[in-house]
Amino acid sequence: MPLRASTLRRVKLAVAHLFLAGFLVLTLTPFLMIIAISFRKGDLALGALIPAGENFSLEHWKYVLGIPYEVVDASGQPRVIQAGTPVLLWFWNSLKVAVSASALIILLSGTAAYAFARMRFALRGVLLKSLLVLQVFPMVLALVALYALLQLIGEFLPWFGLNTHPGLVLTYLGGIAVYIWMIKGYFDTIPVSIEESAKIDGATHFQAFVRILLPMSAPIFAVVFILSFISHISEYPVASVVLQTERKWTLAVGAQSFLYEQNYLWGKFAATAVLSGLPITLLFLACQRYLVSGLTSGGVKE
Amino acid sequence: MSPAVVRVFYHTVVAGLIAAALLLSARLYLGGETLVGAGVLLVTALAAVTYLWARAYTWRYLFPGLLGFAIFVLFPLGYTVYVSFTNYSSAHLLRLPQVVKYFQDETYLASDAKYPFALHRVGGEPATYVLVLSTPGDEGARYATRPFGLEPAPAAPVPATAENTAPDSPALPLRDVIALRAKLQPVSVVLPDKTVLTNTGLREFGPRLPLWKHNPEDDSFTHVQNNSRITPDAGLGRFVLAADSVMGKAGEPVGPGFRARVGLANYTKVLTDKGIQGPFIRIFFWTVVFAFGSVALSLAVGMTLAVLLEWKELQGRKIYRTLLVLPYAVPAFISILIFKGLFNQNFGEINQILDALFGAKPEWFADPLLAKVMILIVNTWLGFPYMMIVCTGILQSVPDTIYEASAIDGSNAFHDFFKLTLPLIWKPLFPLLVASFAFNFNNFLLIYLLTGGGPDMVGAATVAGQTDILVSYTFRIAFRDTAQNFGYASAIATVIFLIVASLAWWNLKHQKN
Repeated sequence: MPLRASTLRRVKLAVAHLFLAGFLVLTLTPFLMIIAISFRKGDLALGALIPAGENFSLEHWKYVLGIPYEVVDASGQPRVIQAGTPVLLWFWNSLKVAVSASALIILLSGTAAYAFARMRFALRGVLLKSLLVLQVFPMVLALVALYALLQLIGEFLPWFGLNTHPGLVLTYLGGIAVYIWMIKGYFDTIPVSIEESAKIDGATHFQAFVRILLPMSAPIFAVVFILSFISHISEYPVASVVLQTERKWTLAVGAQSFLYEQNYLWGKFAATAVLSGLPITLLFLACQRYLVSGLTSGGVKE
Repeated sequence: MSPAVVRVFYHTVVAGLIAAALLLSARLYLGGETLVGAGVLLVTALAAVTYLWARAYTWRYLFPGLLGFAIFVLFPLGYTVYVSFTNYSSAHLLRLPQVVKYFQDETYLASDAKYPFALHRVGGEPATYVLVLSTPGDEGARYATRPFGLEPAPAAPVPATAENTAPDSPALPLRDVIALRAKLQPVSVVLPDKTVLTNTGLREFGPRLPLWKHNPEDDSFTHVQNNSRITPDAGLGRFVLAADSVMGKAGEPVGPGFRARVGLANYTKVLTDKGIQGPFIRIFFWTVVFAFGSVALSLAVGMTLAVLLEWKELQGRKIYRTLLVLPYAVPAFISILIFKGLFNQNFGEINQILDALFGAKPEWFADPLLAKVMILIVNTWLGFPYMMIVCTGILQSVPDTIYEASAIDGSNAFHDFFKLTLPLIWKPLFPLLVASFAFNFNNFLLIYLLTGGGPDMVGAATVAGQTDILVSYTFRIAFRDTAQNFGYASAIATVIFLIVASLAWWNLKHQKN
């Protein structure tokens, strides 16, 4: 009975859509809420969930962007508030740290991956495996040592000490094993013959690497750069211990300072979250197609 | 560029870097960091060989990466294992030589003789001062120092002699001396007869003598006033009284602790100390439950969605996929903090909705069970998109033809999935699940930002929370507890590393087969 079969399928489809829609609501509600809260007056969420009319205010956004604004305080007196918290500076700090760490990581892991993929040498297999196994030692647990290390470095090279961005970037340079594996995996898929013929024509190892292999591997470097960028812009534990003064903080360290029990700035946090989350999220979505392959081969997002 | 020019350029750069590294090594050595200086020297020598010796060519590509890895992964790992065998903590912060110096520097007021002083400012930027001291009694001799600065105060006693003359400027009035009092405290002056004087009042200095006599042969000290002898106890990391005395019973500790090797004490503590054992076992258990639960729940949700979205007749699959991946695209530190706010007991939107619907306001952060439930909810929300992506990728590699036979048999979707699909995708899926388990085992960010480990356990010897997992527990012991027990924290860190490293190693072997 063909009619009944198609009705059944239509019911099944409707149920599936209903299920997915319900799940979408669960997934998206927190984001929609946080956007709404960033436009809602006041920091204590009492009253309407949707900011409209009386409830609507741009005060959190002005605060976060450092624009002075006026509020009427409890005694009825108008007062001008100018944020002392440098949210935009944190954003800039995060960008600086994440971009320079990612650039250096590409440099270090790209060259190492080349040696692992194209050269044969003693210890090659052992090194490659130990890199991956040792890398699982979490940075959080290494903090005692990293702290002592940066303290020592700082005594002799003040630019790279505690409470400096270059110092923080240095500590991130240990985390290259996963990226070495990803890049090496990509190099392995490119036939060696092209480089070999260039070498017959007189190119050196280095020229073959830079002029031939690198341009052909641009996609994997883009993937590594974005993955490293995303993981380092979100990095919290090391940054929170290394960076000690407010003006040096990155977003990940600064954002949680709005949610201290004794100073609960929910609305300001919401605006910060939208401001900082949006660009990173858009970047991720734009590159998603390229990232998925890298993610599934390289393990879990850090 | 001709090869010759390139070669000259290359050698100049290498020589410049080596020279800079040598300079750094020399500065470290002169700064008292002998071991580190030698380490830098060794690395420089390795670099020189690598970049100048033609046969080490391969290693030129590996050197920078491996160096970074060695300094920022291997060294911290080794250091952590080393610290786990010591008692390093806020009570044992100093090294033995520093504690020896502490006792050497302790002084006592040798007599109540008073040496009146006058302080003169001689100018300069920053200002320098001259101290003029008179010996007690009417016919007192006058001794003056050379000008010295107070920021920082001179580390060694400043000599005062009769030959130095007091400056012409008038002595500072009492008001100014009071203002400088704190900076004057650490200053000590030595007279020609070797008497050491320190500031004892607003108008006078007093003679001070070392309180302890150092016996260098066994690093012990003898109290000058009551003859008590203290010896360093390497096992305890403290100086202890050698015999009963007015200071206390034999074996009682005196003065600050020092870092000492304690063998396996930090590891056996978990077995012997009840205040540590209880919380540790509960935290370990919860860590496993949390990691396993997170993987299982996000896999269940992610797999369901992936299978559903593979259904070709379903419209709008692309939009669903893009939107469902959002929790993964937003940086975790932001989404976790969003949930922290939404779950807030009084102001949180979730409790407002629950209150309006059911009149209930669950205590998400105060109740241990609810806190754990909340953590699992949030982590499932954070983790299902990854599982969905992974499962989609693997499902798409399954050939459609395997379903044709069963379609003829008239079986249903559930039967197809569990009997046909799952056995096929299990093999590629399993290593990813192990990796995900290892990741969650150490998911510090989630626990630390969401609950901070709280609510706290009652009766624990160190900080320990009901929702703490091993890694957040370790972090809090080392950085957020007043005792800052680095030794014990490092011991747990070592254990965690062994667990996760064996998972990674096992996974590596598994993947190859």
